[in-house]
Amino acid sequence: MSASSAFNDEKGGSSSVGEPEYGHDPASGGIFSSDYKRHDDLKEMLDSNKDSLKLEAMKRIVAMIARGKNASDLFPAVVKNVACKNIEVKKLVYVYLVRYAEEQQDLALLSISTFQRGLKDPNQLIRASALRVLSSIRVTIIVPIMMLAIKEAASDMSPYVRKTAAHAIPKLYSLDPEQKDQLIEVIEKLLADKTTLVAGSVVMAFEEVCPERIDLIHKNYRKLCNLLIDVEEWGQVVIINMLTRYARTQFLNPNINESLLEEGSGGDKTFYGSDEDEDEDEEEKEKNAEAPAMAKRKPYVMDPDHRLLLRNTKPLLQSRNAAVVMAVAQLYFHLAPKAEVGVIAKALVRLLRSHSEVQYVVLQNVATMTIKRRGMFEPYLKSFYIRSTDPTQIKVLKLEVLTNLANETNISTILREFQTYIKSMDKDFVAATIQAIGRCATNIGEVRDTCLNGLVQLLSNRDELVVAESVVVIKKLLQMQPEKHSDIIKHMAKLTDNIQVPMARASILWLIGEYCEHVPKIAPDVLRKMAKSFTNEEDIVKLQIINLAAKLYLTNSKQTKLLTQYVLNLAKYDQNYDIRDRARFIRQLIVPTEKSGALSKYAKKLFLALKPAPVLESPFKDRDHFQLGSLSHLLNAKAGGYQELPDWPEAAPDPSVRNVEVKDSVPEWTKCSSREKRKEKKVEKPFYSDSEGESGPTESADSESDSASGSESGSGSEESGSGSESVESEEGSESEEEEEDEEEKNKKKKKKELKKPVQESESEQSSEEEERKPERKSKQRKSDSESESDEEESESESSQSESEDSESEAEIKKKKKAAESKPPTKPVKKENKKEKKEMSLLDLDDFEPAPSPQVTPVNTFLSNSLVTDLEGLSLSDTVLSPATIAPSSALKNYELLHRITGEGLSVEYCFSRQPFSPDANMVAVQMQFTNNATSDTKNLHMEDVKLQSGMRVKEFPEIELLPAGETAAAVMGIDFCDSTQAANFQLCTHTKKFFVSIQPPVGELMRPIFLTENEFKKEQGQLMGMNEITEKLTLDAKCRNEHAIVQRVTTAANLSRVPCGSDKECSPPVPPPDHPIHRFAGRTVTSSSLVLVTVATKEEGAAQLTVNCEKMLIGTMLVKDILLALTQ
Amino acid sequence: MIHSLFLINHSGDIFLEKHWKSVISRSVCDYFFEAREKAVDPENVPPVLQTPHHYLISIYRGKLFFLSVIQTEVAPLFVIEFLHRVADTIQDYFGECSEGIIKDNIVTVYELLEEMLDNGFPLATESNVLKEMIRPPTILRSVVNTLTGSSNVGDTLPTGQLSNVPWRRAGVKYTNNEAYFDVIEEIDAILDKSGTTVFAEIQGVIEACVRLTGMPDLTLSFMNPRLLDDVSFHPCVRFKRWESERVLSFIPPDGNFTLMNYHVSSQNLVAIPVYVKQSISFFETGPCGRLDITIGPKQTMGKTVENMMVTIHMPKAVLNANLTATQGTYTYDLTTKVLVWDIGKLNPQKLPNLRGSLSTQVGVPKPEDNPSLNIDLKIQQLAISGLKVSRLDMYGEKYKPFKGVKYLTKAGKFQVRT
Repeated sequence: MSASSAFNDEKGGSSSVGEPEYGHDPASGGIFSSDYKRHDDLKEMLDSNKDSLKLEAMKRIVAMIARGKNASDLFPAVVKNVACKNIEVKKLVYVYLVRYAEEQQDLALLSISTFQRGLKDPNQLIRASALRVLSSIRVTIIVPIMMLAIKEAASDMSPYVRKTAAHAIPKLYSLDPEQKDQLIEVIEKLLADKTTLVAGSVVMAFEEVCPERIDLIHKNYRKLCNLLIDVEEWGQVVIINMLTRYARTQFLNPNINESLLEEGSGGDKTFYGSDEDEDEDEEEKEKNAEAPAMAKRKPYVMDPDHRLLLRNTKPLLQSRNAAVVMAVAQLYFHLAPKAEVGVIAKALVRLLRSHSEVQYVVLQNVATMTIKRRGMFEPYLKSFYIRSTDPTQIKVLKLEVLTNLANETNISTILREFQTYIKSMDKDFVAATIQAIGRCATNIGEVRDTCLNGLVQLLSNRDELVVAESVVVIKKLLQMQPEKHSDIIKHMAKLTDNIQVPMARASILWLIGEYCEHVPKIAPDVLRKMAKSFTNEEDIVKLQIINLAAKLYLTNSKQTKLLTQYVLNLAKYDQNYDIRDRARFIRQLIVPTEKSGALSKYAKKLFLALKPAPVLESPFKDRDHFQLGSLSHLLNAKAGGYQELPDWPEAAPDPSVRNVEVKDSVPEWTKCSSREKRKEKKVEKPFYSDSEGESGPTESADSESDSASGSESGSGSEESGSGSESVESEEGSESEEEEEDEEEKNKKKKKKELKKPVQESESEQSSEEEERKPERKSKQRKSDSESESDEEESESESSQSESEDSESEAEIKKKKKAAESKPPTKPVKKENKKEKKEMSLLDLDDFEPAPSPQVTPVNTFLSNSLVTDLEGLSLSDTVLSPATIAPSSALKNYELLHRITGEGLSVEYCFSRQPFSPDANMVAVQMQFTNNATSDTKNLHMEDVKLQSGMRVKEFPEIELLPAGETAAAVMGIDFCDSTQAANFQLCTHTKKFFVSIQPPVGELMRPIFLTENEFKKEQGQLMGMNEITEKLTLDAKCRNEHAIVQRVTTAANLSRVPCGSDKECSPPVPPPDHPIHRFAGRTVTSSSLVLVTVATKEEGAAQLTVNCEKMLIGTMLVKDILLALTQ
Repeated sequence: MIHSLFLINHSGDIFLEKHWKSVISRSVCDYFFEAREKAVDPENVPPVLQTPHHYLISIYRGKLFFLSVIQTEVAPLFVIEFLHRVADTIQDYFGECSEGIIKDNIVTVYELLEEMLDNGFPLATESNVLKEMIRPPTILRSVVNTLTGSSNVGDTLPTGQLSNVPWRRAGVKYTNNEAYFDVIEEIDAILDKSGTTVFAEIQGVIEACVRLTGMPDLTLSFMNPRLLDDVSFHPCVRFKRWESERVLSFIPPDGNFTLMNYHVSSQNLVAIPVYVKQSISFFETGPCGRLDITIGPKQTMGKTVENMMVTIHMPKAVLNANLTATQGTYTYDLTTKVLVWDIGKLNPQKLPNLRGSLSTQVGVPKPEDNPSLNIDLKIQQLAISGLKVSRLDMYGEKYKPFKGVKYLTKAGKFQVRT
């Protein structure tokens, strides 16, 4: 192609008018005449400034590429458009670049800067696609740039970008293998990633770059096991295959006792005692039943991690993806105790319904498995029955499986089945069936005779192939025990009269010759007949006649001497030189003459030596030394890049390498933010990993100390000195929620009639409950309030103990007051809980200034004991502590419905700043309904939601009854799509409808995140230019101290304080800088765009406010709001 | 993993190629053509071929070969499953997966391939995600596109990749909210000459068409879930709830999808809806044979059997068929030697019968093997296993959706041996 286009270039002024490339047949000769012109045409279109023309041109070019036509001469014209604003054109240009950059490296370099710019883009998708294209253009010069880009992307905030980074690793590796060491570092980093999106891709990169570095997996093993079920299907396959190899190096053979006792089964009590949870009941029971039987045995203890892997992969047998099912099947085959392997059979049999290519691969693997573990597939024997419509290759494989499955009990059914196959029209298949019968006969002594008889009958088949195959098989069978079968040999001798197929005749003659001692009477007679027809026989038959004659001469020379002479004489003058040679050779060998050499003495030994019986065995024998499901296994040859499946180790390597210590590797705050993330996931994506029981181990696997801090809210933060207070409280409340869930669950279990999705979060649950069973509502309420009060108790307890610790009397009082002032009424309670929480935090808030002076020299008057106590409370970190205020600042209430317009019903709402559990992309709006009327209000619900496109609303559960004078609270979620557009809806009671709308202040469209100062600066560096808005301001007189600034900013926007400089932590008594800079970070709720706020104070209340946000609109509005908050 | 993909039509022309790594010359396909030549039937081409430098893994779908080139070890099923997913996606986008359709939409297909794999590793295979990036063509849009010159590439960037429900896009809106479920069961059976069942089982599938606004959370429960022996699910189904409560709980993808596949084991007695009386015989003397087939209803649960069809692959020696059918029509394809008898509705009063003579080639010995009969049938409003959907509940959204369940029984691989 390239030659032809070059030719066209030279040809230049071809006169024919270029017809459009679109829809043009590539095979037609028109190309030659019109190529040059047409490309000219395209270039013109690309140079125009109309996007539609460019698009049309690019479409034509891509169509050319797709058809495999050369479009490389358009490179300069196309590459110019790489910075095109139109996203459709841009995409197609990328497609073109990826295809031709390798060929035109110099020109391709022109585009690099565009991608480099793209890598800094605030939009994660643009960053990702820039990295994708950059890493796909295989130009060696840009290796350092790629390396840099990958490294950067590997620590990107967006998991999608990190996934792209993982994809880019093998690309760079194949371009320049010398980068391996650096790439391994990136892989190591990405392996530690906790998002499911990244996991599959990074393991794929690991497998391609450094599969030998199994040590990188240790720390991530448990995490991978636990994430597995939520990873996308392709990633699952890669991870499972890798984990199979890993497990083979790290665990003991679970079937090690197989030789001692027949039932080799893993599992042990100790393990189940330690960290098993309730979702494992079934298996546990099973195990417990087995336990006494195993007691006597030499103890084999399955590593809990080994068990974890088996347990977490099992549900994937139900995947719709055949590759996943196969991956799990091979994992079980290679790793599971013998007794447990059986579970995979059903799933594999299911795959036999799939496309024929899938069947082909699955059957190959089943064939290998059936040799090792026949029992597994026996119940599914009939699923391997063959249909006449199956393709031949499938038929042959099914036959193989059936043969492997044959045993004494089912052989009669199988043979009956085989009989129908023999009548098939597909002769290759019939031949294979005959071979299969032969193998059944050799394996199962009982049916040997039946099989032989059946095969003998086949000798009369008209089809040459069938007869030849049968004779060959019979020959093999007879070789195994010839003495018993002189009858058959006799029978076959008789057949020589009828059978015309030369191959069959030859085989019979060989048989008679070989076993002439068993048929001493018939053999000479056969020779006589053959001698008579010698001249008319086919060549192979003639050769066997000579053979037979020689053998008979040696054993029974008296009767056959003359016949042999006669045959040899005939052969001497045969047309075929092969036969003439053979006759001459044999005559010299057997007929003793004076000249005969030393060999003739050994003639008998030469001809009548015992020939070993051919072994009839499956071609699939021993194939299992290749990892099942692999390409190498399928081809029975090592494919490039195949990783051997290692043998089990003699002694298990240290299992503690898989323990993950969090403290030294991940700082506390990171852990917390990831916890947050995980929690979101838990709520949003409850698939498979439903129960807390499941996610429990996830956490514990991540970090033992993590789960500890989760369960004991107070002590956790004490352990981790660097943990900021607000994190602690968040964590605490989270753990409470979990506890609450747990409690809830227990209750549910007791009340069997309330079958509930255990995995849903509480609020969703109750709302569902109400929808479904309104009549149960009161009951449910009760249970809710029960659990709530439980929780409150625990909370107040913990807060009490906390305050006791701090020995701050004032606080204790306040706290107690708060705890006591719980109004007893039910509906208020719920809301009160929140208020109370806020109050307690507010108390801390008041308390806050105390520790901050602690570091200042003035603070020395504080008693030592108090200081140490405070340190114990991890309040010693001055800078961190103000952050505590952040989420707790007083919430502003807004009016939704005034008492008068609402005819007695008044509604207020506030943005609770709690994560909205049913959907993390929504902003939680807490609403408080007060019925000021004299009559009850019923069926309070919302209707007719009018939203801007993209916005979503999660309605609050209907309030059935709001008695006069009462107050009720409800939470709804609104996804504002990061805009301050109002959500309009109707608030309906049983009688009235009110039009209301909720418009969020921009500060509520975000949620706080934790960043370190360094991270903050780094992120800020990426959000420069258009994304940065700076304003100078003069601070309000009342708001010149640090505390006030922090409070005002966090009130205006739901952000969290970024702790500054770690250097200060080392030496507490350092005076704060004169003009501190305050930093706040958050993310928008819907798109998770970063929002960074910096307030730099200067002399006399002057300050500078900087907002960095990739959403410019949000940034602008936020600046206004914060400005207002700080100056008033 | 997957290096390149070639689409090859029935006559061996490569009409689309896509390379994800460096370009591999299309001459690599010659090895495939060789194997294709050797295997008489396209179905018999080995899916995995080894060449000196590459491995070729191919599938055969819709009279097209999807041929992928592999260079290193990879799970073959991984590639096969992916290739089928490509074909599924094309079918989903354009309604069918054929050479003509692909050629007409070559740019869109190429872009789809670009999105589906990155460096040979699957990137986005969920149709909901893909459809956000590359919009499927509709008649209206193609008219608009030709007028305005825009393409099917989405102009807004997708968010689906980033959502935690990867199979469902956000912000779905419908004026009519509806959810339809088709329970389709196929009877796989082998009957022997005398009509006894050698092997029978039921394979079922639930196809769903869900057009619901927002993020509905659906729960589908059955009257008799214990019937189901083995199941496989769309990734959206929560496996734990199935394990514990035997209900299907899921947030559905938008549009059409296969919710689950199931298998009703052969342990349960499978009702065979029809019986077949047949005799096909060839005579030793004279170039002819006889054929006589009668079909009657057996266990139809009181429903009518429709779309009855009998397909027979005749031995090569059969030249022609001269038959009379009491109902329906028959055709005999002389080149492929396939006899098709299209019966239509099965009338229990007057059983359909096909009889007549078969002429065989002179001088060729009579065919020994009797061809087997492949039966096709349909029974509306019946799931032959007795599976019944008891209810569908929706959570998470307020509106009342329109719900519907349809049952259908079909013959799967239903074969009568003679």
